[in-house]
Amino acid sequence: MKKYLAFFRMRLMAGLQYRMAALAGLSTQFVWGTMEVLIYRVFWLERPERFPMGMQALASYIWLQQAFLTLFALWQWEPELIRSVRTGEVAYELTRPMDLYGMWLTRSLALRLGRGLLRALPVVLLGSLIPAPYGLRLTVSPAVFGLFLLSSALMLTVSCALGMLLYALAFHLTDTTGVLAVMTAAAELLGGAIVPLPFLPDGLRRVAELSPFGAMQNVPLRIFGGDIPLRDIPAAMGLQAFWAAVLLAAGYAVMHAGLRRTAVAGG
Amino acid sequence: MRLYFRFLAIHVKSAMAYRTSFFLSCLGHLLIAVNCFLGVIFLLDRFGDIGGYTLEQLALCYAAILAATSLAECFARGFDAFPGILRQAQFDRLLVRPRPLVAQVICQDLKPAVASRLVQAAVMAVWAIRAGAVAWTAGKAAVFALMVLCGAGVFFGLFLVYAGLCFFTLEGLEVMNIFTDGVREYGKYPFGVYGKNVLRVLTFLVPMALVQHWPLQYLLGRGPWWYGLCPPLALAFLVPCFLFWRFGVRHYTSTGS
Repeated sequence: MKKYLAFFRMRLMAGLQYRMAALAGLSTQFVWGTMEVLIYRVFWLERPERFPMGMQALASYIWLQQAFLTLFALWQWEPELIRSVRTGEVAYELTRPMDLYGMWLTRSLALRLGRGLLRALPVVLLGSLIPAPYGLRLTVSPAVFGLFLLSSALMLTVSCALGMLLYALAFHLTDTTGVLAVMTAAAELLGGAIVPLPFLPDGLRRVAELSPFGAMQNVPLRIFGGDIPLRDIPAAMGLQAFWAAVLLAAGYAVMHAGLRRTAVAGG
Repeated sequence: MRLYFRFLAIHVKSAMAYRTSFFLSCLGHLLIAVNCFLGVIFLLDRFGDIGGYTLEQLALCYAAILAATSLAECFARGFDAFPGILRQAQFDRLLVRPRPLVAQVICQDLKPAVASRLVQAAVMAVWAIRAGAVAWTAGKAAVFALMVLCGAGVFFGLFLVYAGLCFFTLEGLEVMNIFTDGVREYGKYPFGVYGKNVLRVLTFLVPMALVQHWPLQYLLGRGPWWYGLCPPLALAFLVPCFLFWRFGVRHYTSTGS
């Protein structure tokens, strides 16, 4: 466990390293958040009665989404891990006295957290300066806020576990471009990045909510805005925990099945 | 120009060497753009229209922007990869060759896969036209073509600025994504929808609205005919961009070793 903690700290520092990049990313995120809010504002002013969630809840959703992008966005993976499998460099990693799955999982958790925390705070601050109902506002009780934090941790686990499953697939496929493309597109659509899930047509929405993608940003961001009623929160978080467990197990199994067959060429 | 097509042929050939990989990255580009417009479809399905624009009209708008960005990216991919070119001192090699500098940078990296988005843009435009988004005349067709071509021009200018900045920072600035990726992403709605301030910035500072919002008003019969003449005006944007690039080149001292 100590090994993993040390490794975690190392990668966390690496994530915190790129302050300039974070600053640049911050302005991008802020502009994108503004554009999103502006679009929904038009719809809201024209036909508020067809809005499936409150404007305030939606605005909070958008700002948190921009702030915590690196925590859950599926495309924030590390291409060098997949490359290392293809080129055989992974052999060096395998010589270390740690389980590869545990090591890489620690690594992704730490990197996402490191990058995320650096970016999140300024966006959260800027977002809360914007007047209601278009800014970021905390409208729920402290207890629900606690649930939001817990659900965010589950979200981070699910995204990392899904990423790990993709890395593990690299042991079986020579070219992962296609799988990655399809997965990213599915995650964007069903995860609530294109439009928040309540805005999807009913059938698709139900599929999305049950899918692993719906167990990511969808749950904590809507808990924060008070869009998921208190009595539905346990079920939503239970589903998150379920997918986290399934994806972790699947990733572990797939990777170890791959490792058994892997023969690294070269001298 | 002949040089460009030679390079294009080479890059297509090298992409074709890994055929499945090429088609899969085509698929990737396509899925992103399709996804982006799916969002519009879902929202319009729920709300009916936005600012008086119907789904067909928005499809036409997005088709123009998508075609413009894909064209520009097809041509100017080398500028996107420019930080790498600079850091590995490949730029020194370009400087000693007796060919126009810009043309050479363009030819460094071409992404034929981006062309898959052109196909999507064409499909969407055809659908919008058949759904009767616009009462077409020869003039309107010409304006639509101008929107695409001049839009690609403005994007090209943005890439030039991006590369020019690299001379000073040595790494790509994510800030530029606000304009390049941002315009592609948010150009799915006419910029006027975002309010007067956004429209002003995109008309006078980075003239994207001149190739999208204003001519669209003419196409949809919402504005006078001279709105259709806006796209060529946007090309004036290329002058400061090119000057900035030249300024950057003059500032260049090799990265060494």
